Amino acid sequence: MRYQPGLMRNGIKHLLSEHYAGLMHALLWTWYDVKAAGQNTLGVVVGGSSIEERKRCATEVSKRNVSGFWIGGFGLGENVEERCNLLNAVTDCLPSDKPRLVSRLGLPEEVLEGIASGIDLFDSTYIHQLTMGGFALIFPVDMVEREMQNGIFNDSAGDLTKINLRTTTYRKDTSRIVDSCSCFTCQNHTRAYLNHLLNVHEMLAQILLEIHNTHHYLHFFRSIREAIKIGEFDLFWKQFVENRRSQIAAAVM
Amino acid sequence: MALRFEVLGRFNRARAARLTLPHFTCQTPLFMPVGTQGTIKGLTTDQLEDIGCQIILGNTYHLELRPGSQLIDDLGGLHKFMNWKRALLTDSGGFQMVSLLHLADITEEGVTFQSPVDGKPMLLTPEESIHIQNNIGADIIMALDDVVKTTITGPRIEEAMYRTLRWIDRCISAHKKPDVQNLFGIVQGGLDPVLRDICVRGLVERKLPGYAIGGLAGGEDKDSFWRVVAQCTAGLPEDKPRYVMGVGYPLDIVVCSALGADMYDCVYPTRTARFGTALVPEGVLKLKQNAMATDERPIDPSCLCMVCKNYTRAYLHCLVTKDPMGSQLLSYHNLYFMMRLSRDLHMSILEGRFPEFVRGFLRVQFPKGDVPKWVLNAMEVAGIDISECCTPTK
Repeated sequence: MRYQPGLMRNGIKHLLSEHYAGLMHALLWTWYDVKAAGQNTLGVVVGGSSIEERKRCATEVSKRNVSGFWIGGFGLGENVEERCNLLNAVTDCLPSDKPRLVSRLGLPEEVLEGIASGIDLFDSTYIHQLTMGGFALIFPVDMVEREMQNGIFNDSAGDLTKINLRTTTYRKDTSRIVDSCSCFTCQNHTRAYLNHLLNVHEMLAQILLEIHNTHHYLHFFRSIREAIKIGEFDLFWKQFVENRRSQIAAAVM
Repeated sequence: MALRFEVLGRFNRARAARLTLPHFTCQTPLFMPVGTQGTIKGLTTDQLEDIGCQIILGNTYHLELRPGSQLIDDLGGLHKFMNWKRALLTDSGGFQMVSLLHLADITEEGVTFQSPVDGKPMLLTPEESIHIQNNIGADIIMALDDVVKTTITGPRIEEAMYRTLRWIDRCISAHKKPDVQNLFGIVQGGLDPVLRDICVRGLVERKLPGYAIGGLAGGEDKDSFWRVVAQCTAGLPEDKPRYVMGVGYPLDIVVCSALGADMYDCVYPTRTARFGTALVPEGVLKLKQNAMATDERPIDPSCLCMVCKNYTRAYLHCLVTKDPMGSQLLSYHNLYFMMRLSRDLHMSILEGRFPEFVRGFLRVQFPKGDVPKWVLNAMEVAGIDISECCTPTK
């Protein structure tokens, strides 16, 4: 779409029309894709930070013959409240019997917020980034663990979501990354060994960390599904957030 | 002595044996992969077991540097630290120093070198090497020897040989755990049969649990190489394991086994994997070649390893140029190949079909019959008839 200087006066209208153009493009491509692919195609929902455009796009795309929805434009530094409002606006306009995927929301808190807004699928580079940085996830993945962890604050070099196994704190730590974890890495290796592998730049470090982080993260999702099934998602979410808050408070003190 | 060595089958000089070590009972001939820093690049201990590894090597020099042998000892030894349940062997650290370090100098006291951490002058004595290896806790530990490249000539070789004999006594005295760790002596002497003979006899007098043939695989010509191996295996006791250090290529392993050697180590299979080269019965397969991009066969259709069962050459071709996963998968296959070779050697000797195995091996490697002369000569001494594998000379 070409920029037309004469429309500066009607700046807002211009902006809206950009969104509109974006929307039309999205709809057009969806139409082409669906025709061409004939298989499982996700419709794209865009609309930037405008609630109106998000609603309009979601409504229009829902009318097409798509198998599900990819909701784009999040995980780019927007604030939490804005994101929640926009996501809710979108999912309110989407059919309940088709899956919704959001990209770039990876932090446990972001995942919980997304799920609360009705999102089903998440993809992000969160795990990969953790692994490449030498971090291992340790946040408690279910409610029982969180009960147990309340009041126990360790001095690991990180927060209680993750630990950085590169630090010298772990040189002689013969415990597992997470004691109750059933992944290959936790069943077979110690924090001390991972610390050594990271320090000598051995490939096995990333392999073992990726195994644990993926396992841990997927376990988190499983716990969420179980909580939803027994109608306790809100409690799960609340407990998670409170747990994090009290950890941060303790760390500050 | 903390091992038992029982010869179960023979063909002339070649033997198939059972080597019982504190952590594992092994079958020889066997190949030992090198896990320099307490890991074999990119492979888990689970995978190493699947592949069939029996003994793996740790490098004393690297492990002492990081994480430190004292830490390893505090945490229960290298087996526990890396969670490897089978056998381990550590080298003395001497070779690494000489080959890696600036200003490494050898005196009667030990190997003086510049610390790679802060440049301070440091000294590795026989006592210190054994102390470090005691801390690490491997099933087999190596004596600190005065190792000289075989491409060097002159009085240095004789000096090194006699010093190696003096140092073995210091190693023996310093060894605190002879009941759980086996100290192997290393035969030096360059390419000089007289010196080698003196060294063999000197070491045998000390009645060590096992013996290594050192100072080879350093660029000497193959003809000299096999002759030194043949001489040493002839002079070393029948009832103790013989380890040819730094070997190597599958062909070299077959020849040395025919001449009576039992154990081998080399970085070749894992290092060549990282350059995109796979080991196959015909020789090597270079996955980076353009032709591999569309080749949907496995690396080796006759190989039963996880890589050959699940991945095509085309897929590996994509990986080896771009992703560490490529070298991990090739390392897996290459080590499986070496373990398969070890098993084939052991079983063919045990089952009385060793010459057939050797002939089959050579036929596949040299389909045109151009078997190198040194192999012919070595096999003659080993008493194996390979004339049908070779094109007749005019």
